[in-house]
Amino acid sequence: MSTNTKRDRYARRAVVALVATIAVLLSACTPGGGQTGSPEPQASARTLVIGATAEPTSLDPTADAAVAGSQVMLYNVYETLVKVDSQGQLRPLLAQAWDVSPDRLTYTFQLNHAAKFSDGTPVTADAVAKNIDRIKTQQVAAKLKTVMSIVAGTNVVDEDTLEVSLSRPSVNWLYEMASTAGIVINPAGFDEATTATAGSGPLTLDRWTPGDSISLTKAPSYWGTPSRFDEVTFRYFKDPNAMNASMLSDQLDIISNLQAPEALAQFSDPSRFTVLEGTTNGEVVMGVNNGGDPTDPNVPAGTGNPALKDVRVRQAITMAIDKKALVNTTWGGHGVVLGSMTVPTDPYYEDLSTLFPYDPDKARALLAEAGATNLTLRLKPAALPYATKAAQFIAAQLQQVGITVQVEELQFPARWRETVYDRADYDLTIVAHVEARDLSSFANPNYYWRYHNPQFDSLVTTADQGTVDEYVSGMKQASELLAQDAAAVWLFALPNLVITKPGITGVPTDAQSLSFDTTTIARA
Amino acid sequence: MALRLFLRLLLRLAILLVSLAVASWVIFWITQELPGDIARVMLGDGASPEQLAAKRAELGLDRPFRVQYEEWVVGVLTGDFGRSWYSKLPVVSLIAPRAAVTAFLVGGGLLVAVVIALPLGALAALKRRQWPGFAVSAASQIGMAIPAFWAGILLVVAFAVQLRWLPANGYVPFTRDPAAWAAHLALPVIALGLVQAAVLVRYVRSSFLDVLGEDYYRTARSIGWTRGAALWRHGVRNAALSLVTVIGLQLASLIVGAVVIERVFVLPGLGSLMLDAVAGFDLIIVRGIVMVLVATVLVINGLIDMLYAVIDPRLREGDRA
Repeated sequence: MSTNTKRDRYARRAVVALVATIAVLLSACTPGGGQTGSPEPQASARTLVIGATAEPTSLDPTADAAVAGSQVMLYNVYETLVKVDSQGQLRPLLAQAWDVSPDRLTYTFQLNHAAKFSDGTPVTADAVAKNIDRIKTQQVAAKLKTVMSIVAGTNVVDEDTLEVSLSRPSVNWLYEMASTAGIVINPAGFDEATTATAGSGPLTLDRWTPGDSISLTKAPSYWGTPSRFDEVTFRYFKDPNAMNASMLSDQLDIISNLQAPEALAQFSDPSRFTVLEGTTNGEVVMGVNNGGDPTDPNVPAGTGNPALKDVRVRQAITMAIDKKALVNTTWGGHGVVLGSMTVPTDPYYEDLSTLFPYDPDKARALLAEAGATNLTLRLKPAALPYATKAAQFIAAQLQQVGITVQVEELQFPARWRETVYDRADYDLTIVAHVEARDLSSFANPNYYWRYHNPQFDSLVTTADQGTVDEYVSGMKQASELLAQDAAAVWLFALPNLVITKPGITGVPTDAQSLSFDTTTIARA
Repeated sequence: MALRLFLRLLLRLAILLVSLAVASWVIFWITQELPGDIARVMLGDGASPEQLAAKRAELGLDRPFRVQYEEWVVGVLTGDFGRSWYSKLPVVSLIAPRAAVTAFLVGGGLLVAVVIALPLGALAALKRRQWPGFAVSAASQIGMAIPAFWAGILLVVAFAVQLRWLPANGYVPFTRDPAAWAAHLALPVIALGLVQAAVLVRYVRSSFLDVLGEDYYRTARSIGWTRGAALWRHGVRNAALSLVTVIGLQLASLIVGAVVIERVFVLPGLGSLMLDAVAGFDLIIVRGIVMVLVATVLVINGLIDMLYAVIDPRLREGDRA
């Protein structure tokens, strides 16, 4: 009998032991047996881990119209002749100086003789000329081709001197050369640029794990001020909550731009986090399919609702939307309400958001006047958090003035690009335009807005050809004209909400360029 | 009898091969017939009809369906799943490293589930009319009602955000840092394992209960074996058999659960690769992954079937009858 009870006890102990084993197994997974502190081995002083949202589809920023590649590569891996600093000013980079001829048609760039690519070959005038030629002739994003279309030719004077002649004067061209269009790739690496990098910057590609991260490593013999970090990693998150959790568990040093402003309160402890709030170049636009001009053979018709060609209908839609409430709903009140395609950091910015203030009664009256009652519109936002949230809000508001809205979210970028951008098969859409100074994109009738206004086109072109003062005043007129015409519904400027760990310095408050420029960042 | 067993195994193998063939055709057909023109998606704005035709020819999409299918099947059989339409990388090189992540996740989750479910299921059977029995049954009910992603989020909030013991998400390859690898997999494996354990515990409990009602258990008890010893000898063996069956049946749901968990924990596994490929319209990758997953489930189920025929005496007796 006594052996029996013993066996019973053993059996019970076996069960207990199994349960205990699980507990041990689970706790064994905990490094350091439950010490608080950073679980990330790479979070030492010489590494920087940045949380980001949009992952590049290619390592070549010139290959894709999306800006995700430029965020990582521009200034960090690839350099340009000139660069935009955190104040929005142009500074020397590969070009240590430049001259503009009196007729403003010829730019002479004096390259920094020390500049060299990561394989040690010097950055020569010939290499820069080959890059300009590549943008003009090879298959790159159409937008960049437009920038380079006014380049009439290049002339290699000597190894360090390059002349670029333009077919017409342009204020904006040099500014664009500080961005993706002006990236100088080692011509020896042109063919592999989508999967490998060949730049002259302080960092080079270490590894790219698609769907996860891009790691950059310090270039061994950089020609300028070396990077303060041995390794810089951009980690990509499709879910903003996952990015926040990662920051809260000390896995990240920086959130490059918080996508869920309602989560801001989680980072309110100043001993653990610093919150920077500034502006970006990103306009959140509700694009309207203007449908083009059927009498103009140069404008593709698109398949938009013809009612949208009536300016009164477009103005009514603008007045039917309470933009301040929209910003409160979608971005927790962060972000500047806009009235045209220009953001506060643009030199020609003025507040046009009061031009058509929220007024549903007037909107209803305008719609009746235009004979556009019982309107049904297809709203196809990009399936990105800010756009889908805004779409629901706008659908409800347009319903109030008698417009039925059918919302169809399109996966971004591929589906959105195919449906809206390529085929203009939509009535309304929502997406952010993050390129700097992109007012002039309304001068392209082939663009997905299918907007064509010769008066606007000539204002933009004349402004670009004038002096800087003429440029600013001309662009102001253009942006006012665009706002009067209600060519789109400008919702708000995306705020730049950056979260950093204490001790991280040099992160600019306003995002002035496409680059997340790590060359100014340091860790105490 | 050996011949019967052999024929039976042969039949199972034939069924497996036919299932794989049918699955491959269905997968190819669906990914081929999905709406949308990849050439247009790739070339973007301003592509001329000639350029579109050239792109389709370059991707081999202008050839007859049967030719494309045969080429793909021959490729898959020789380990060549084609190349990504976008990145031009071999699909195999994209799938292989990610399959490893998913395999660790599913394998680890299964291990955790079994290690939890066996003792708790046994306990629930032995103490079925006492509070531990009720507690386990209630816990498994609750566990089955909790979606895997929710379990994952709760674990992240507790162990990553609040306690900061473990990373909230991400992945480090084993070869780079084994400790970091384990730390990054711990929470996802537990999240997946807990939810599966809730399902398994009920099967373990009922198979132990079956044993309690069997003659051989009563015989064992009557010749002086303790309850524990009798259960250990007969119950565990029985439970193991039923567990193997259930795991085979549950494998598909385990893989689906892993896909969700990969999303929550930002793990670069097959599930997240598939979601990215679907979103990016790179259907040749989708095709490869779905084939790998379906083949895995079919092959493992087939193997379990065969194993069952070999190890379970009752099935062999049934053969003879």
